[in-house]
Amino acid sequence: MERGLFGFILRYSKREQWMIVPLVVASMLILFASLDLPKTIVNEPIQGKRFPNPDSTVAFLRIAPTLPDFLGGQQVLFEGFALERAPYLVALSLTFLALIIVSGLLKLKINTMKGWMGERMLRRLRYTLFDHILRFPLPHFRRVKSAEMATMIKDEVEPLGGFIGEAIISPLFLGGQALTALFFILYQHIYLGIIAFFMVIVQAVVIPRMRRRLLVLTKERQIAARQLAGRIAECVDGVVEIHAHDTSNYERAEISARLGKMFLIRFELFQRKFMIKFLNNFLSQVAPFLFYLVGGYLAIAGRLDIGTLVAVIAAYKDLPSPVKELIDWDQQRMDVQIKYTQVVEQFTTDDITKPEIQQIIDMPELPRQGDVRASNLTLLDESGNKVLDGVSFEFDLAEHVAIVGHAGGGGSEMAQVLSRLVPPSSGTVEMGGIDITRAPEAVTGRAIGYVGATAYLFPVSVRENLLYGLKHRPVLESSYEGESLSKRETELRESAKAGNSIHDIRAEWIDYEAAGVSGSEEMEGRILEVLRVVDLEEAIFEVGLRSSVRAGQGPGLAESVLRARDTMRARLDMPGIKELVERFDLARFNRNATLAENLLFGTPVGKTFDVDNLARNPYVRKVLDESGLSGDLLKVGHKLAETMLELFSDLPPGHELFERFSFIQHDDLPHVKEILAQVADVGLDRIQEADRNTLLALPFKLISARHRLGLIDEALEARILEARRLFARNLPEELRTAIEFFDPTKFIGAASLQDNILFGKIATGQAESNARVGRVMREVLDELKLRPLVVTIGLDYQVGTGGARLPVADRQRIAIARAILKRPAVLVFDQAAAVLDLASKKRLLDNVLACRKGCGVYWVLNRPGLAERFGRVLVMEKGRLVERGKFAELRESGGALQKLLTA
Amino acid sequence: MSLEQEVELIRQFPIFSKIQPAKQKLLCFSSERLTFEAGQVMFRAGDVGDACYIVIEGRVEITVETPKGPLVVNTLGRNEIIGEIAIFGDVPRTASATATTRLETLKISKELFHSVIRENPDAALELIRILASRLANTTAQLIKTRTSN
Repeated sequence: MERGLFGFILRYSKREQWMIVPLVVASMLILFASLDLPKTIVNEPIQGKRFPNPDSTVAFLRIAPTLPDFLGGQQVLFEGFALERAPYLVALSLTFLALIIVSGLLKLKINTMKGWMGERMLRRLRYTLFDHILRFPLPHFRRVKSAEMATMIKDEVEPLGGFIGEAIISPLFLGGQALTALFFILYQHIYLGIIAFFMVIVQAVVIPRMRRRLLVLTKERQIAARQLAGRIAECVDGVVEIHAHDTSNYERAEISARLGKMFLIRFELFQRKFMIKFLNNFLSQVAPFLFYLVGGYLAIAGRLDIGTLVAVIAAYKDLPSPVKELIDWDQQRMDVQIKYTQVVEQFTTDDITKPEIQQIIDMPELPRQGDVRASNLTLLDESGNKVLDGVSFEFDLAEHVAIVGHAGGGGSEMAQVLSRLVPPSSGTVEMGGIDITRAPEAVTGRAIGYVGATAYLFPVSVRENLLYGLKHRPVLESSYEGESLSKRETELRESAKAGNSIHDIRAEWIDYEAAGVSGSEEMEGRILEVLRVVDLEEAIFEVGLRSSVRAGQGPGLAESVLRARDTMRARLDMPGIKELVERFDLARFNRNATLAENLLFGTPVGKTFDVDNLARNPYVRKVLDESGLSGDLLKVGHKLAETMLELFSDLPPGHELFERFSFIQHDDLPHVKEILAQVADVGLDRIQEADRNTLLALPFKLISARHRLGLIDEALEARILEARRLFARNLPEELRTAIEFFDPTKFIGAASLQDNILFGKIATGQAESNARVGRVMREVLDELKLRPLVVTIGLDYQVGTGGARLPVADRQRIAIARAILKRPAVLVFDQAAAVLDLASKKRLLDNVLACRKGCGVYWVLNRPGLAERFGRVLVMEKGRLVERGKFAELRESGGALQKLLTA
Repeated sequence: MSLEQEVELIRQFPIFSKIQPAKQKLLCFSSERLTFEAGQVMFRAGDVGDACYIVIEGRVEITVETPKGPLVVNTLGRNEIIGEIAIFGDVPRTASATATTRLETLKISKELFHSVIRENPDAALELIRILASRLANTTAQLIKTRTSN
């Protein structure tokens, strides 16, 4: 990257900058004309200088240039229009107006072009910085903070875009403007010119001097702000430690100190800024005072005509502001240059990866057969210690190799060098005759599947995470037509002009061929296979069952689910499990469902009929009133409130029983107590509307079978059923989308797959009912061959930031699956399964090795005993390869492996 | 059976009889009514104990594994408590429990039981008394076994 800002600007926008220059020159000429014209207007039509008689005329727009004599002296090209005094005034004024308009339009054009250019350059700068991040060598990331990088690209370079547009044009334009005005004044009268010149000099010399301190402060402010961002990110990342060690107040003090420092910097900045503003204003206003005094005296003395004086004062009005802006520009220049240099420094490192290494290669030559040959690998860490020391070995490409040794023995480094994430300090790695240490990432990223001990998942769906390893290049361009085509062309042109990537993000990036499948459908099958290898299919299946899906998702989904529902019903009719599920039945009250579910007889879509909003919903209230249920529910609510108060009022806040069983939050208890006192005072019918709502809201979460409070008797059940019918019958058109009714023949999009198939509630009170119903459901889904469908739905599950919505072990499994899916020549795993428990780990190892039969695997293991499954074992100790060979032979040899095994 | 009836029931247990009525009610409300079919295993020896059960109706067989096969050590019925040892010591279930008839129970979770004991010294004393008498019982049995050998 260019070290200086102007180098960067000139290199990438010279042409655009030049294109604006003619516009600037034109606008200067017009400015001069518009300064000169008022003089003519005042002197000629107003004061009547060229109108000796009332009927005298003057030629308007006469074109008669005076050429040198050898070209024939004065030539009259156009006689002009002869105008009397008043029309002449009008004509001149209109000309003035025209000049103003043209100059305004020119300014508009110049500003637009500046903005355009600036934005393009900003885009280029941001892209270049991001490109640098992608090319940083891995050890570099130990020194940088992610939050700081992000703020630099996002916020700190923002003002650069504005400035780049101004960088060359503004001084040209403003300087031209100031010079034009100055020249004009000088041309009118030498004394007045000298006054104006003197003022400009004072402004241009004094103010920048005062601003020097400002620059220092700005720089300090920028650094302090960036460190603040980094520090906040640290606190967020380390929040567990903060709580665990009670250091929150230390952190508060720390941040407070930083904010205090920033406050002082900013305060000094403001003080100085306002002082400078004051001086600037004063200087620009003191000049007219001199003009009135000196110019007025000259006019009285008859040495200056009034028109000229008016024009000079008008011209001077245009002088301080360009000078001021020019000074501002210069200030901004220094400011922005500092920013640029600082940002670029942060993004510059000597060992940055060359762009060729990451170039897109459609069909790189990949290692197919031959050997993996490491020769004399040495790796130095940052302080020059040898973490790998002269390691050499040679195995067939298809061999399964375990790397074992004590922690810090060099296994992890070995894995990183083998996968070329870290280039060795000396020595080479060859795979199938290709030098991996020099190969482009197009080769290493496809031929090698690396998974570390804590792999990262992107916050997208499970499926997209799995496919991530196949997105090396756009495989199939999207096709565009008509309007979208021209839009795409504009996009492409702009990308190219800003030096950005021209590859289409909307193209098909997934390389199905590399995964050995023909397209997305076959890919689903392949993903299922790989999920089974990493023991994740069951977990994803569970997730799928819990997901809610729209009926349109996947062909025949709704039909399949309904089929499963029917089969499930038939199965649940069998004796022994019949009583485990209480199915939804329009004509019956479901004692295992909440009162709200019983009333609505459907699943709410959105917030309208959410259980917390029901008591306040006008339509629900109407239904309750009409069916005469309001009074009953209010009584139930009242009873419930009394019971809750009795049960929970002397438990401390945050007691776990509260969280799990109470209908009323601890904080709300006193309020409910007051309401009950009110009820005792005035009776249930005469309490306030808000209190009434509070009580009415309570029973909606009541489940008769589970809570066993005996509050809903059969008569009340019947009335709720009546209200259910009323609710459905009179539901206004606009509320129809807010609920999906339980209908045995309809798929419920708002409910989970599991609930859709069950179409009822699992009865409470039956031992192991959940597990038993779950088993039946699995059987049904297996019989109907719907298991893959459910897994497919589970694959759409969003994993959250860094995969946080999944257990750590499952994250590793997904990362391993991702590596297997792209079918690399060699898998390199660095303790990839370390977080799994021993039994799962063994199973995973066996599965992975079985599926990679005939393809290379290098696995750094923290348990040497597991190496038995591998064809070859490498034992690392303090960066040296101390032993290699077959497990069975080394186990008994009395060497390093045996020591490890017995340790 | 409603909550009120359950409260009546647990009042008959010495451990719970001394705690305040509101707490007895809370205990029932926070517990789970659980039905087992005849032959259904409630828990097995070696399982982690997460709850104890009060028998409302039905019969339970307590068995231990011996080299000669399962040995029935006890049969429990109405108004008896099962599985309380494992939720106080950090030991797994010492025996297996199987319903021999259709069995109605009140399942009290470990956390709930702990909080009741923690807040009610009388209940704690009662529990100690029960455990002490069991210990005496076991010791007596041990002596009998030793001397007969």
